[in-house]
Amino acid sequence: MSFDYSTSIAGSVFSNPIFTASGCAASGRELAQFFSLKELGAIVTKSIMLKARSGRDTPRMAETPSGMLNSIGLQGPGIDKFIEEDLSWLISSGAKVVVSIAGESVDEYGALARRLRGIKGISAIEVNISCPNVENRGQVFACHPASARAVIESVRINLGGEYPIIAKLSPDVTDITLIAEEVINAGADGLALINTLLGMVINPKTLKPHLGGKTGGLSGPAIRPVAVRTIFQVHAKFPKIPILGMGGVSSGSDALELIAAGASAVSIGTASFGDPYATIKIGKELQELLISHNFPSLADAVGIAHDR
Amino acid sequence: MISINQRAVTSEGKILSNRKIGAYHHIIIEIEGIAEGAKPGNFIAISVGGVESNMPLRRIFAIYRSKAQSKYGSIVEIIVAESGKGSAWLTRQIEGSTLYITGPLGTSFPIPADPINVAIIGGGYGAAPLFDLAETLKNKGCRVDALIGAATSAKIFAPLEGKRTVNSITITTEDGSAGKKGRITDVLEDLLKENQIELIYSCGPMGMLKAVHEIAERLSIAHQISVEESMACGIGICMTCVLPIRGDDGIVRMLRSCIDGPVIDGEKLIWSEGIPPETLGRHL
Repeated sequence: MSFDYSTSIAGSVFSNPIFTASGCAASGRELAQFFSLKELGAIVTKSIMLKARSGRDTPRMAETPSGMLNSIGLQGPGIDKFIEEDLSWLISSGAKVVVSIAGESVDEYGALARRLRGIKGISAIEVNISCPNVENRGQVFACHPASARAVIESVRINLGGEYPIIAKLSPDVTDITLIAEEVINAGADGLALINTLLGMVINPKTLKPHLGGKTGGLSGPAIRPVAVRTIFQVHAKFPKIPILGMGGVSSGSDALELIAAGASAVSIGTASFGDPYATIKIGKELQELLISHNFPSLADAVGIAHDR
Repeated sequence: MISINQRAVTSEGKILSNRKIGAYHHIIIEIEGIAEGAKPGNFIAISVGGVESNMPLRRIFAIYRSKAQSKYGSIVEIIVAESGKGSAWLTRQIEGSTLYITGPLGTSFPIPADPINVAIIGGGYGAAPLFDLAETLKNKGCRVDALIGAATSAKIFAPLEGKRTVNSITITTEDGSAGKKGRITDVLEDLLKENQIELIYSCGPMGMLKAVHEIAERLSIAHQISVEESMACGIGICMTCVLPIRGDDGIVRMLRSCIDGPVIDGEKLIWSEGIPPETLGRHL
């Protein structure tokens, strides 16, 4: 019997569980010169907003021990240009696509969802309600149960049930299971865990914050234990809700930790900055590890840490 | 509108030589596939820190020289200035060490169709990619005058072979330890006028590029710059290395210096601090 590496998130089936992470693969074209995007479970596109956005001031990046801070600020061309140029290219390339959306208001999320209706070739919508790179922390919808719920309800109504909804949550909350409960009740079919953690670096010479946007999102191996803990907590409470796990995965063994905690698929972010082939390499390593653990399928390993 | 340099490969290279030259390290790497597609102005992205590295991001270096079929195989040469933990690690690597590299990346210097008078202007190790360019330009029949400046003589990068390539070389140091005392811009205008320069190529810190551009603009001389923005990936997926650039459609966008650069037409860059007010999608 051959090993079954496929995974599914709320009815959408993917050939393998290795996805890119939103904001870490631009719109896919950049990685396509290194390998065929069809080799990935899915491309999760950079969170797109309704209108074009320049993003935050530079410097936008600081390397930290086993990690990095970024303060990009959702730079992008806006939904119309994205659909016309990036999404149409991605779909025609044969890649599986998860479109990530970000808005400044509940209505904006709804409008984004409406624009995406009727496009053939989208496997799911990731609703990014947790980008830390906004000027007002009050805009981080995933930090407040009521606003998290309102956004997901708006997206659900406007999508009309066309695609599965994956809500991307922030670990920067006291109890993430409470936020998860709200978005599940509002109609989220799956959860993306975790977005970056809010951080800051101060230049020891100038004694000023290093980033143009002052604060930034921390990613990379440094945050992996936070991702594992968060996925474990949420999966324990909602074992039937599929989780797209992410947070500092840079090897097959790292990915297996997230799977064992309860993730049905794993997104690779910062590791791709260090190696364009990181997703491919991690995918192969994870498959070998699952087989060496005698799992007949990926699905059999999801959440296994809860039973041991 | 983006056109990605499609010649990049990711592969494993071996250090053939690592020598200190003044304040810098000259590192020669044997690696398949990079020199084959490289053009003057392209850069490479190197992993640092070894297998258990706590530095997840690549370090970016302009290609100093490259040769596809040397007697040592395909080689790529870089000039490294120690500026942090990653570059310090790289300068410590001995002959025979393995490096993981992606390249060639980014745009290259456009080469004029006619044999015109050009100037190459390098600040510090920014001079590194300009000598290979000079050779290409000389082969096109161009007259090439070089102007290399730095704070002090140890930071002047002007290799002997490079000096032989150009028609003239002028050196400036701020402390007067080599060449003329002062800055590049103190002698630039005279050099441009005397040699009837029609096109300038410059590479160095942003402050220097801006000062050179002010003079180029005043004298209506075309100016191609190569920028050194800090990058996390070098391959266009992280959006950290952006600069405000005016497109052919007149619209200013924050473009990636790894994809739409590092070589940029000085006319198209918006030389302002921060994100200019006219930038598409500026929301602050």
